[in-house]
Amino acid sequence: MSDLELRGVGLAYGARPALVDVSLTIAAGERVAVVGPNGAGKSSLLRCLAGTARGRTGAIRLDGVPLEELRRETLARRLAVVPQQVQLPFAIRVEEVVALGRIPHQDPFRGPRAADREAVTTAIRRVGLEPLVGRDARDLSLGERQLVLIALALAQQGGLLLLDEPTVHLDLRHQVQVMELLRELNERDGLTILAVLHDLNLAAHYFPRCVVLDGGRLVADGPPAAALAPARVEAVFGIDPRLLAAPG
Amino acid sequence: MNAGLAPGVRAAVRPGRLELLRRRPLAVAAVGLLALVLVGLAGLALGTVSIPLGDTIAILAHRLLAWPGAPTWPATSETIVLELRLPRVLLAMAVGAALGIAGATLQGLLRNPLADPYVLGTASGAALGAAIAVLLPLQVGLLGLGLGQLLAFGGALVAVTLVWRLSRASQLGSLTGLLLTGYAVGSLLAAGLAIAMYLSGAQLRQIVAYLLGSFAQASWQQVAVATPLILVGGLVLALRARPLDALLLGDETAAHLGLEVARERALLLGLAALVTAAAVATAGLIGFVGLVVPHVVRLLVGPGARQLLPLSALFGAVFLAGADLIARLPGELPVGIVTAVVGAPFFLFLLRRVRTGYEL
Repeated sequence: MSDLELRGVGLAYGARPALVDVSLTIAAGERVAVVGPNGAGKSSLLRCLAGTARGRTGAIRLDGVPLEELRRETLARRLAVVPQQVQLPFAIRVEEVVALGRIPHQDPFRGPRAADREAVTTAIRRVGLEPLVGRDARDLSLGERQLVLIALALAQQGGLLLLDEPTVHLDLRHQVQVMELLRELNERDGLTILAVLHDLNLAAHYFPRCVVLDGGRLVADGPPAAALAPARVEAVFGIDPRLLAAPG
Repeated sequence: MNAGLAPGVRAAVRPGRLELLRRRPLAVAAVGLLALVLVGLAGLALGTVSIPLGDTIAILAHRLLAWPGAPTWPATSETIVLELRLPRVLLAMAVGAALGIAGATLQGLLRNPLADPYVLGTASGAALGAAIAVLLPLQVGLLGLGLGQLLAFGGALVAVTLVWRLSRASQLGSLTGLLLTGYAVGSLLAAGLAIAMYLSGAQLRQIVAYLLGSFAQASWQQVAVATPLILVGGLVLALRARPLDALLLGDETAAHLGLEVARERALLLGLAALVTAAAVATAGLIGFVGLVVPHVVRLLVGPGARQLLPLSALFGAVFLAGADLIARLPGELPVGIVTAVVGAPFFLFLLRRVRTGYEL
């Protein structure tokens, strides 16, 4: 069970503020989408939660423990981050990429143990990658690679999954596949999920709770019908919300 | 990093031609060890004076393992094997292992298949140090090492430290910054080397000999100084396999996997620089080993550092001991020429013929 609490979180790149006074609580088992226009601070928020943002202010607690008091490795065992894309410099099999997710669990002096093998196999099955395990991960399509990165994060076996625009380069079929997978992981496996999304329709359709950022500030937080109400979408994104297809 | 999947999943893996080897890094290691022994024995037995293999083995057993029995071989054979050839063979193996493991580390660390042990200034720093030593009218030595070796060792470490410090101030992303800084510092040091060569006159030949690499001056003292550095550095590197694997995914993802990225990179880079410096100081600039051996090993067992690092050291040792033997037989060619002349066609052949899951 992982409970994430942010109080007055701020982050600046030089003089430019990226996040201003963000407070937010995510309870264990929730599924939350973070939306907002480009430059709203979505990725910065993710970086703060992942503990890789330098110079963050305010407090972030994971199950009541301040993030900065956790060792990086401990954090990696409890919270997994799915990056947008990863460039792989060498040929590497899908199963080997997923196995990298076991790094925070492994003794540096020993090879993979039964528990590691089990976790890798489970993650591969969960994401449906069995037909691809022996392939070079660099030869896969963007959609397949996104699934590999999700499997890698699942192999970490943390209770909390953070995703950075997991559908950004994907075609419609893969977008739906990833969204359905996230829903299953949340509802069936009980993972807490926080996903940065750029697509408001996907956020509204697949996430019971949406957090809206604008100019580094949290401007709305709640079920999509309220958080993504037409007036707010118009104010935040500067577009006529009628242009968007009606959410599912 | 071999994931060792459950049977149901494993069945779906498409078998490649070298699948057998990939599943069995230990088999690859056994082949490598056998090759190492054979190359070592050949290196001891062959030369301007050939010594029967039986005598060679008997001398080793008698002297090193205190095997009982009276010598049945000429005393000169014993001197040649133990005093001339054994240190040379061991030094070539140590230097080859150093270049192999340093190359594998830097390729992974920089996420760049073109990287080699020399990419961050070590080669140009060592070369400039050696050239300065040739020009200085001094005869200084320490621990049986000449001034050239000491300055080459120091030059390599100073250069890589300079690259590291300067790159941290660069505005570029850390890896690009590191590579470009390495290139710039390397160019500057190469210019210094060019000046030294231009001024060297009659001593030019000595500098060129260093640049081409050789084990002709190998001695037990050199083995005693270089081997511990390489062994300890290589061992610690091999134990850092896990962070090196994580860094394959890039800094941010490696951090998400629990790595203290800046600290790990500094540690890995420092260790790779140390073993490289030990190698170039004793043997000069031997190219190709540190670039190609890791690629060959990666083709066989994949990119997982737990297998890649030790096997790159092993095959680096085999390759360089073999190359030195070839260099020695026609009467002392520079070994750096042999590594390129033998290694490049072999590598091209491998690129054309090998079909595994791991295309380059």
